[in-house]
Amino acid sequence: MAVVLVLVLVVVGSVLFHLLSPWWWTPIASNWDYIDNTIIISFWITGIVFAAVVLFMAYCVFRFRHREGSRAAYEPENKRLEWWLMVVTAAGVTALLVPGLFVWSRFVTVPGDATEIEVVAQQWQWSFRLPGKDGRLGTSDTRDVTADNPLGIAPKDPNGQDDVVVEATDLHLPVGKPVKVLLRSIDVLHDFYIPEFRAKMDMIPGSVTYFWFTPTRTGTFQVLCAELCGQGHPLMHGVVMVDTEQDYLAWLGQQQTFAQLSAPKQTGSANQPSGKTMASGLDVAAKLETLEAR
Amino acid sequence: MVDVTPADAVPPAEVGEMELYHPHSWWTKYVFSQDAKVIAIQYSATATSIGLVALVLSWLMRLQLGFPGTFDFITPEAYYQFITMHGMIMVIYLLTALFLGGFGNYLIPLMVGARDMVFPYVNMLSYWIYLLAVLVLVSSFFAPGGPTGAGWTLYPPQAIMSGTPGGQDWGIILMLSSLILFIIGFTMGGLNYVVTVLQGRTRGMTLMRLPLTVWGIFTATVMALLAFPALFVACVMMLLDRALGTSFFMPAIVEMGEQLQHNGGSPILFQHLFWFFGHPEVYIVALPAFGIVSDLISTHARKNIFGYRMMVWAIIAIGALSFVVWAHHMYVSGMNPYFGFFFATTTLIIAVPTAIKVYNWVLTLWRGDIHLTIPMLFALAFIVTFVNGGLTGLFLGNVVVDVPLSDTMFVVAHFHMVMGVAPILVIFGAIYHWYPKVTGRMLDETLGRFHFWVTFIGAYLIFFPMHYLGLMGVPRRYAELTDMTIMTESAHHLNSFISIMAFIVGFAQIVFLFNLIWSIRHGREAGGNPWRATTLEWQTPQTPPAHGNFGKELPIVYRWAYDYSVPGAKEDFIPQNVPGAFAPSREPA
Repeated sequence: MAVVLVLVLVVVGSVLFHLLSPWWWTPIASNWDYIDNTIIISFWITGIVFAAVVLFMAYCVFRFRHREGSRAAYEPENKRLEWWLMVVTAAGVTALLVPGLFVWSRFVTVPGDATEIEVVAQQWQWSFRLPGKDGRLGTSDTRDVTADNPLGIAPKDPNGQDDVVVEATDLHLPVGKPVKVLLRSIDVLHDFYIPEFRAKMDMIPGSVTYFWFTPTRTGTFQVLCAELCGQGHPLMHGVVMVDTEQDYLAWLGQQQTFAQLSAPKQTGSANQPSGKTMASGLDVAAKLETLEAR
Repeated sequence: MVDVTPADAVPPAEVGEMELYHPHSWWTKYVFSQDAKVIAIQYSATATSIGLVALVLSWLMRLQLGFPGTFDFITPEAYYQFITMHGMIMVIYLLTALFLGGFGNYLIPLMVGARDMVFPYVNMLSYWIYLLAVLVLVSSFFAPGGPTGAGWTLYPPQAIMSGTPGGQDWGIILMLSSLILFIIGFTMGGLNYVVTVLQGRTRGMTLMRLPLTVWGIFTATVMALLAFPALFVACVMMLLDRALGTSFFMPAIVEMGEQLQHNGGSPILFQHLFWFFGHPEVYIVALPAFGIVSDLISTHARKNIFGYRMMVWAIIAIGALSFVVWAHHMYVSGMNPYFGFFFATTTLIIAVPTAIKVYNWVLTLWRGDIHLTIPMLFALAFIVTFVNGGLTGLFLGNVVVDVPLSDTMFVVAHFHMVMGVAPILVIFGAIYHWYPKVTGRMLDETLGRFHFWVTFIGAYLIFFPMHYLGLMGVPRRYAELTDMTIMTESAHHLNSFISIMAFIVGFAQIVFLFNLIWSIRHGREAGGNPWRATTLEWQTPQTPPAHGNFGKELPIVYRWAYDYSVPGAKEDFIPQNVPGAFAPSREPA
């Protein structure tokens, strides 16, 4: 009889855990509350099925457990019941799939007014690029990556000259404006993931991938790498700050363009933010050393 | 489905009996044996041994996750080596080898009424190549740089680069070589299982009279023969990339500020090849479990499996569909996002035949005569964990829901529940069920119940709460969960709790191993058919079955495998090789 009790407890315990435990998703900060809603629908449908199956099983064990002289029924099949169950299951699956695909079609359809920004990953840091005054990002190629051109922006492409380069530091975004995030990597697979935005996508060296979202509230959000990228993977954090329009423009004004960065440098120049021009290779080596020191 | 052949209508044998190889020394009887039953035990013992390594690795990684910073020797490098080896061992070297090489070898010939596999010599080679693959894998622990830490998915480019443990050392080379060997060995065994099921059945054993165990293992083997070649070529290509500097999977890359020589390869091509193997692999593990659990439930509930024909077709449908769902592992891989529509649809369709199987298991319990034996307990626990893990699969298969959950602990919880815990519970149930046939003795009941309760409740407590860490956004494959703004203090406590449960569940497995060894000598005598089961392996003249399985005469099959509690019959079971109709009347629905 312990089995019956435990089966019932599994159902009751799971439901109570779901309702009462403090572990739940982080407050959303993007337009993808559609995704949260789809998850809620999924919890309802699957929760009901789970409870129904396990409780039915518990009842069977309770009611039909072996007793002296009891004998099972002989019922090889029951076509009508089997088809009926199949239809109900198909209906349940459709109820999950239809809203899911509906939201997916939104997820893959980038609105026309979305601003393109670029995230470039490398072991184990995040850099960013924003279009300059021309509103367009210049072309890029891993082969163009050098210590002075860490993102591999094509030096000859005029569209790239005014691109704003944000190397290995925080990205700022204006609240309420849709962004199309173009994702690139110059070494291995990475994945640009901010839990509060509910969106993520792998970045593949040699390709440009993308997703879009609209930040819906201001704040500071941690970027996590969500695709195993070597031993520095768990330390590959970054920061995205969602600002009001005013704060954003103020921040943007302090950033440097590709043309400014690739102009011949004077060492020790006061207007060079510290660390920004450090060769990426050195940076990685430093990180590796910290890792090995642990 | 009442399907009984009259005693005088059994078709004559189409071919004469095969000549068996008769061993003439201790070596050829117990070591280089061609007897499928000995090979089965060799496979099982090897798989269990390497599985223990995987268990210890899981403890080490739970030490790190549950108590970060406490254990200095678990560097990020070591952590990634632990997770990689744990995953690969569990999926390939334990589950695949145990279900197909272990259960397949032992049960197929006995259940279809054959004296042995049809190619016994190749069958023997299959085991020895498997053993070699395991040894190569283990050797990577002792190689310079240690084993690979690329994650069990081995995604390039990082798998063969210096930022990953073993990437530029021996680790990845040994891993790929071991996989190649495993696939060669498996192919030898797999061809045997398929041909034996198709050609080696005894008279009267039609395909629709096969026990579902055989259907599960057979379908899984066919799938494995079709899926493993994709992994095989992927391994060869990556080996070439790593050893000879080709660029199958390697585009232009800047590593540590330096341009590498590779150019033009496609990392995502590897993912397609890997998951074209990897998704069927899930069902290669699941289908044998489906089959075995059907037989456990039917036998111990003394009732025919409900909807046998639907069960067979569901196995075949799942097997076929599982070849068109692979990219649901790649929704956020950066492939063309429009693939998501197709793969979400196929993935959710596969839920229908899977649900049918679950319904038929619980409907078999309905109006049964349920004996709460240890195999039955494990079967019930399997249904709970499988339904739980299957339902969370509907989250991850539904493309847009996968976006926030992919690569988080939700995925880890899901696949452990559905293809870790659930099939392993079936393996345990199956061992308690067939151990008396293999050894002639029963496993100890008290130790068995202790093992069951700790394993079932403990595993559920490990993996159910873990889903919620994933929902919170905690990524998987993080060697340390420090400085994460999304993680609350209580989430860290939950991690410690999960780790403690993992040690407890692991300890219960040691008790189980003790039981396995102790009962060989001290278990209660079982007799030939302790569960009063219908299938042919319980009808052998000797227990354990001798070489050749069935003595002088092969059994003739007169009925399906599920004649339990037939109305009018004296006993509550009629073995498949007993002639004579009992005119069972179909009960109204």
